[in-house]
Amino acid sequence: MTTDIDQLRQELLSAVEGAADLAALEAVRVTALGKQGAVTGLLKTLGALSPEERQTTGPRIHSLREAVTEALATRKGALDRAALDARLASETLDMSLPIGGLATGSVHPVSQVMEELAEIFADLGFAVATGPEIEDDWHNFTALNIPETHPARAMHDTFYFDEVDGEGRQMLLRTHTSPVQIRTMVSQKPPIRIIAPGRTYRSDSDATHTPMFHQVEGLVIDRGITMGHLKWTLETFVKAFFERDDIVLRLRPSYFPFTEPSMEVDVGYTRDKSGRRMIGGTEPDGWMEILGSGMVHRKVIEACDLDPTEWQGFAFGCGIDRLAMLKYGIDDLRAFFDGDLRWLRHYGFAALDVPTLAQGVGA
Amino acid sequence: MKFTLSWLKEHLDTTADATQVADALTRIGLEVEDISNPADVLRPFRIARVLTAAPHPQADKLQVLSVDAGEGPLQVVCGAPNARAGLVGIFGGPGMYVPGPEMTLKLTSIRGVESNGMMCSFRELLLGEDHNGIVELPEDAPVGESYAEWAGLDDPLFDVAITPNRQDCMGVRGIARDLAAAGLGTLKPLADVYRMASLAPIAGDGPAPDVRTDDVGGCPAFFAQAVSGVTNGASPEWMQAKLKAIGQKPISMLVDITNFVSIDLGRPLHVYDRAKLTGALVARLAKDGEQVVALNGKTYTLDATMTVIADDAAVHDIGGIMGGEHSGVSETTTDVLIECAYFDPDHIALTGQKLALTSDARQRFERGVDPAFLDDGLAIATKLVLDHCGGTPSAIMRAGAAPVAAKTVAYDPALVATLGGMDVPADRQKAILERLGFVVSDDFAVTVPTWRRDVDGPADLVEEVIRIEGLDKLPSTPLPRAEGVAKPTATPEQRIERKARRAAAARGFAEAVTWSFLSEKEAAAFGGGHWTLSNPISEDLKVMRPSLIPGLARAAQRNRDRGERSVKLFELGRRYLTDAERQTLTVLIAGEAQGRDWRTGKARGADAFDAKAEALGVLAAAGAPVDRLQLIGPGGETWHPGRSGQLGLGPKMILATFGELHPETLRALDVEGPVVAAEIYLDAIPAKRDTGRTRAAYAPAALQAVRRDFAFLVAADLQADKLIRAIQGADKQAIVEVSLFDVFTGQGVPEGQKSLGLEVVLQPTDKSFDEAALKAIADKIVSAAAKQGATLRG
Repeated sequence: MTTDIDQLRQELLSAVEGAADLAALEAVRVTALGKQGAVTGLLKTLGALSPEERQTTGPRIHSLREAVTEALATRKGALDRAALDARLASETLDMSLPIGGLATGSVHPVSQVMEELAEIFADLGFAVATGPEIEDDWHNFTALNIPETHPARAMHDTFYFDEVDGEGRQMLLRTHTSPVQIRTMVSQKPPIRIIAPGRTYRSDSDATHTPMFHQVEGLVIDRGITMGHLKWTLETFVKAFFERDDIVLRLRPSYFPFTEPSMEVDVGYTRDKSGRRMIGGTEPDGWMEILGSGMVHRKVIEACDLDPTEWQGFAFGCGIDRLAMLKYGIDDLRAFFDGDLRWLRHYGFAALDVPTLAQGVGA
Repeated sequence: MKFTLSWLKEHLDTTADATQVADALTRIGLEVEDISNPADVLRPFRIARVLTAAPHPQADKLQVLSVDAGEGPLQVVCGAPNARAGLVGIFGGPGMYVPGPEMTLKLTSIRGVESNGMMCSFRELLLGEDHNGIVELPEDAPVGESYAEWAGLDDPLFDVAITPNRQDCMGVRGIARDLAAAGLGTLKPLADVYRMASLAPIAGDGPAPDVRTDDVGGCPAFFAQAVSGVTNGASPEWMQAKLKAIGQKPISMLVDITNFVSIDLGRPLHVYDRAKLTGALVARLAKDGEQVVALNGKTYTLDATMTVIADDAAVHDIGGIMGGEHSGVSETTTDVLIECAYFDPDHIALTGQKLALTSDARQRFERGVDPAFLDDGLAIATKLVLDHCGGTPSAIMRAGAAPVAAKTVAYDPALVATLGGMDVPADRQKAILERLGFVVSDDFAVTVPTWRRDVDGPADLVEEVIRIEGLDKLPSTPLPRAEGVAKPTATPEQRIERKARRAAAARGFAEAVTWSFLSEKEAAAFGGGHWTLSNPISEDLKVMRPSLIPGLARAAQRNRDRGERSVKLFELGRRYLTDAERQTLTVLIAGEAQGRDWRTGKARGADAFDAKAEALGVLAAAGAPVDRLQLIGPGGETWHPGRSGQLGLGPKMILATFGELHPETLRALDVEGPVVAAEIYLDAIPAKRDTGRTRAAYAPAALQAVRRDFAFLVAADLQADKLIRAIQGADKQAIVEVSLFDVFTGQGVPEGQKSLGLEVVLQPTDKSFDEAALKAIADKIVSAAAKQGATLRG
């Protein structure tokens, strides 16, 4: 009997192993475990055995049944997997096929730089103020201490409208963002810290001038503000904007009707190997003018009905297009306003390149 | 303002070189825009003697010269008719750049004869017009030396930008005075500069010229002196050299004197030919329509606000701006009248602006010349005329008086620290101001010199002190910083803008910035502009845009002309309406919405639903309540009447317009279709109520939602949205979502009707729906639909 069981085990396991497909495997199962099956037959003999024989033979028969059952399951798993593999092998696609255009939207350099400015100046406590682009000559000139006969008015190449406002003031396109200074001081009590970015217009068109361009104005009005604060603010801003600490500024006395004293600010540049100008370097190869600034003229403060003996401060103005060109190595100003997709894709910014202090204000 | 280093040194006793002068100028606020030295390019050209001259064997008009340029004989082929043995001229050898013809010399062979360079003409060296022959220098010119150095051309030329407040620096002397104050040398006495014993008036015995001012507003002072018996030849070499060095053309002695004094001292003068005058010369207001031919040859029509100088017969001068052609001096002039007047700066500015006429005189008078310098100016002018033209001076006529009242400013030296941020001791401030010509009393009452019209308050004095002290000494003072982390600064509008912009970019649109102004035709296609420039730069940039679409559509067309098949642009900017400038984000798709692809095999052109998707996408990102938006009418005249719409919270709360552009709009803009667009009115988006950061309490539903499909037959022209809203309202508690999955017309659907397939999601709350509950809801849905004329499809 011993020999019979062992031999049957051998035969059945090898039959399971040898089953080529699920049908053959089922046949083996029926042969072994079916109603007429060999293992089933052995199990039926257990009842006729003496208790002693059952002690020894019983476990061997059960073990045989378990071994065969397990072998059947294993073999079935292997055959299923082989069938799946065969099916999947037939389903292969060319994974090199292109999936079509990714969204190629972009943010214009002017917008990006405006957001960078807002981010940097927010850290210094400056809010962003706005004002109309269609201005009147009082806000654009007179309140800024530029009377009608002032040579600076002629220098501004102003675009005019025929219209006058309700107070008889000539309407025009603002020539700078400085009227936002006036609107802010008139509408808001000091202390004031604002920047005012936006579109500005002058009747000027050549390779380096466009009739529409962008400026940012800065204004601080408080008690005890001096030119020292102005210098610190500009240094801090320029270093943060260009993301370099080795930037040297050169301050030059200058003239603007709405500031006194006034100064222009040059930033030092060095040339890289290809000769391109790079902002920064402790020993500059040259200077580039980037902004005008000064202490707000007392006549301007008075024009806004503030007491100049109590309040003083500084203002500065700077071309945003130029800032973008200097930071991102853009050569042609006119291309800013052409809407050429190739240019916008090349110089534009990804939607998620949001300037933040944590991520950095450049992209 | 241009001048040379040697000219500056006529006034300034200094050992500073050009670089030191340039650095100092920029440091004190006189920005050096350019510094050049004409000698740099000419330096290698040497003085040379022609040793022998022989005919060229192969050419009649050429000669073969032997030339000594200091290093022995060289053979040179020359075509100049005046080339001859013994002539001393200027030689250029191989490798040298000749600026006139813009060429570099090389060893060459001319008709078989070797030539080692050339003998130059003045024109070839850009030193004059003369090209009749090669330069002939004096016999004793030193052979072998650099011509430029020998001729005194080695004189750096400065070009300095003078800010509008600094009239005093519109003359070389003023610049010298500023440099002296900055410690760069000593200012020479003016009389010495002009080799005069003193600047006292040079009054003659003859009767003073008959001049007067009838317009004391425009011309408060009119000083004049006549000189008779003059000869108006060429001006002396030194004066010509100075004028030429700064790019002015010498004309005649008398004209050159006025130009020279204007540049040297910032003092404009005018000289009249007395033979051309009739009667008294009077400063008066012009008559409306009066005309004058100015020295530039142009005729100007004047009005009654303008000051002129006229005699009994005609206007001879647009006062302080430009003289008249008729009475200008010529070679035959023998009797002259020298005018040294003071014109009111504001009058000059207005007249100049009205006539669009600029001149050296206007630039100086409108900034305000030194009102105390009329006698000195006249004395210097008369001295120059007498020295160089001869003649006899008359007595001087002084009509009127210039406003010379001295201004005194009460100054507190502490201001340099409290305004300027710099520490400069009071005595040092006093010294700086005095070097600039201010008179400073012990208690710092500061009297302003007459030539500094720009200074009228303490802040101006602070500027004077710190610019001379040096802004490089200004310390940086940190702005006080608010405690804690920086507070957010963006306004609600700014937050909307930022989100909308980045959403549009994320949706695949490239942000463009287009002109704020359009042509009248483009604006007319959008109902016309509300603001038209009176002085546009061109007809294309004339009307402030009432819409962003024209600029974007034109940009899109330019891209399509370059071969782009799918153009997706957006712009965030203002529309300029009568009452306000409205912040708007406009997206535009031109051409394909989706390009060709191997999955579909073909491209899909942009349609109105693409525009609707963008409008809703951007609005949602900007925080607009998109689930409450309704379709309100078509877009309007610029849009396709059946393929456009407005989205709003009500007829008076329109947030966006989208759709296909009207074919007439495309035609007016000269762009190809299809073009679809969406205008999103950012300023109409209602601001979110500030309810703090905490969200409303929320627990996800515990029970499974049930989905049911319905198909309704409705009138073909029913807006699907109406049916959807009706069903949404049928059971507001149970129905949480209604979506349209099918729109069908054709077989099985009666004519004039369409079939709409809708899926309704039902959400049970405290217990699951049983059959009866589901039936009750379905009945409510069917009866709500029936109110829109819908019948359940069998």
